[in-house]
Amino acid sequence: MLDANKTIQLSHGGGGKEMDQLIKSLFFKAFDNPILRAEEDAAKLQLSGPVAFTTDSFTVSPLFFAGGNIGKLAIAGTVNDLAMMGAQPEYLSCSFIIEEGFSIAELKIIVESMAEELQQSGARIVCGDTKVVPRGCADGLFINTTGIGRIIMPNISTQNLSTDDVIIVSRDIGRHGAAILMAREGLELESDLTSDCASLWPMVEQLIAANIPIHAMRDATRGGLAAVLNEWAKASNVGINLIEKAIPIADEVKGLCELFGFEAHDLANEGTFVIALPREAADGAVEILQRYGHCEKACIIGNVVETHLGKVVLTTPWGSHRYLDLPQGELLPRIC
Amino acid sequence: MSMVNSMQLSYLYQGFRDPATIHSLATEIKKLASGLDTDVNIMEVCGGHTHTIMKYGLLQLLPENIKFIHGPGCPVCVMPKERIDHAIALANQPNVILVSLGDMIRVPGSTGSLANHRAKGCDIRPIYDPLDTLKIAEDNPDKTVIFFAIGFETSTPMTAALIEQAEQQGVNNLLFHINHVLVPPAIDAVMAEKHAKVNAFIGPAHVSVISGAKIYQAAVDQYSTPVVVSGFEPVDVMQSILSIVKQKSANEAKLEVQYTRSVTFDGNVHAQQLVNRYFELRDEFRWRGLGPIAKSALKLKDEFIQRDAEHHFKSVLPTEPIDDHKACQCGDILRGLASPKECKVFGRGCSPQTPLGSCMVSSEGACNAYYRYGEIPHA
Repeated sequence: MLDANKTIQLSHGGGGKEMDQLIKSLFFKAFDNPILRAEEDAAKLQLSGPVAFTTDSFTVSPLFFAGGNIGKLAIAGTVNDLAMMGAQPEYLSCSFIIEEGFSIAELKIIVESMAEELQQSGARIVCGDTKVVPRGCADGLFINTTGIGRIIMPNISTQNLSTDDVIIVSRDIGRHGAAILMAREGLELESDLTSDCASLWPMVEQLIAANIPIHAMRDATRGGLAAVLNEWAKASNVGINLIEKAIPIADEVKGLCELFGFEAHDLANEGTFVIALPREAADGAVEILQRYGHCEKACIIGNVVETHLGKVVLTTPWGSHRYLDLPQGELLPRIC
Repeated sequence: MSMVNSMQLSYLYQGFRDPATIHSLATEIKKLASGLDTDVNIMEVCGGHTHTIMKYGLLQLLPENIKFIHGPGCPVCVMPKERIDHAIALANQPNVILVSLGDMIRVPGSTGSLANHRAKGCDIRPIYDPLDTLKIAEDNPDKTVIFFAIGFETSTPMTAALIEQAEQQGVNNLLFHINHVLVPPAIDAVMAEKHAKVNAFIGPAHVSVISGAKIYQAAVDQYSTPVVVSGFEPVDVMQSILSIVKQKSANEAKLEVQYTRSVTFDGNVHAQQLVNRYFELRDEFRWRGLGPIAKSALKLKDEFIQRDAEHHFKSVLPTEPIDDHKACQCGDILRGLASPKECKVFGRGCSPQTPLGSCMVSSEGACNAYYRYGEIPHA
């Protein structure tokens, strides 16, 4: 048995008995399925038709934050990349790079939350890798996940926005970025705010099942809402108008932005997505999203226009306009 | 502690962003301004106000004869390249931890920014609260920790408080590189320009929370211009513009405080005493874009020379002034002689990622605000 009071040693990545013990008693136990259990050099998969394929590495600091941890994030992040392409997440790989001295108890919590998050989408981890690096060569733990999903709804693309589409956001924005900033050293704040970190497939599955004609769909991760909409405006060569007062933002996130001079639409999300779709389908999509507790604030926040091509324009509550640009540089608190 | 359960943070600011209030202020300004026979050229001294004006699209609500000339009040923007090079030289010294505030980290000197040098291995730490530097110094007794202090009157007391704490607690491995600058000499520099078009000022409330509204009395008297000390929310700024237009209509030039929420005529006397305990005027400080201005910045008093990084590391700090790129018009922009979009390199050679001049470097710079928010014409 693996002793939860102990720490990861270099020998846990050495390919010998200790590594076998770590893999069997922790990873296999949590992620158990027949393909993984076969212990072949590579997983054998049965695929047919178009598939979506994606990879992401997770290096979040701190590893544990309000509303999740690096493990939950590593599953939700890759599952969401697949879901945003209209693909049902099926197979995941998972690589751990662990710093020597990392707590086995913490690793166990992280792995268990990965297993729990997998249940949201039904995806399975079918192959993996474990490396242990000497102390100082990694920041605790890095995780890479790669995912494959069967495309159920083709033709979702950043290039598909058309005039008269409307833009929907699935919930209040900026929670993950705000939760991480709050947890970071140096910005000592306390709040009930939690990250939005979540797998989005269950909601996407329902949207597809209801034949919602999705033109573009993207989870607003790093760069936030501003990055997604700017990419769309450029890729589809359209203009996007946003109604500032329609954009849902939690009071805690607004407060953090006020304190440090950030904008909620620049902050990262890990379980919030944006959809462009024809106006007539919007109410149906919003209704489906609002069935989910954390998406009760889902709403229309703007529309696609033929003017100011490639740009996103925000309308203030008093009717003036400004560009909503891409965030630039690292997020640093303002000086005064 | 969870304040949000009992009170929404938005209660603190939503009244200052109320659309109906903003619209009625705009209507009132338009009505009064239509009776004026000259343009009102308002300089908002502080970059924070430039940010408010652009972010909230206030220009679009104002009549054509009210114009803004964006002032030099952005602490990061006015730092000349050679001072940034000081920060970089200090960060490259063995066993040094350089600590500074937010935006300073990405401002380019002549050999890249502090962020570039951090990537090369220098120990450079951005902080939010200057007092956090004390803990860094205590946690690293074998290192020399240098606080690279920047900012106008608003942030100077925090540096002074840090020095006081270090003195009282005997934290001797903490040094200071002081770049604190003053608003009134910058106003004088702007008005000394013979083509100066500015005929009204909006002063930053946070500076006057510390220094009082009194610091502008001389400008009001000397230049016969209205000065209104204003808060940073859109309603604050609109109300201040209305005060200026009222003064212009009545042919007056007065000092007014819009931000009565916490600005008094005399300001925070305790903070002023704290600042005076540790700092004195520099003979001269070179401002990026504006050039050398006499008695426009502070330095540590001689009795605290043992904490002065400029003294300790004198031999490695460059002294030659470094000007901005020739094509850059920041000097004219900061003096109100050109607007950001009149600069040939705006948005072409010069952008927030690769700034050529001071006004583009910080999020509070005028060019940066124009680049980010655009100057969308009157709706």
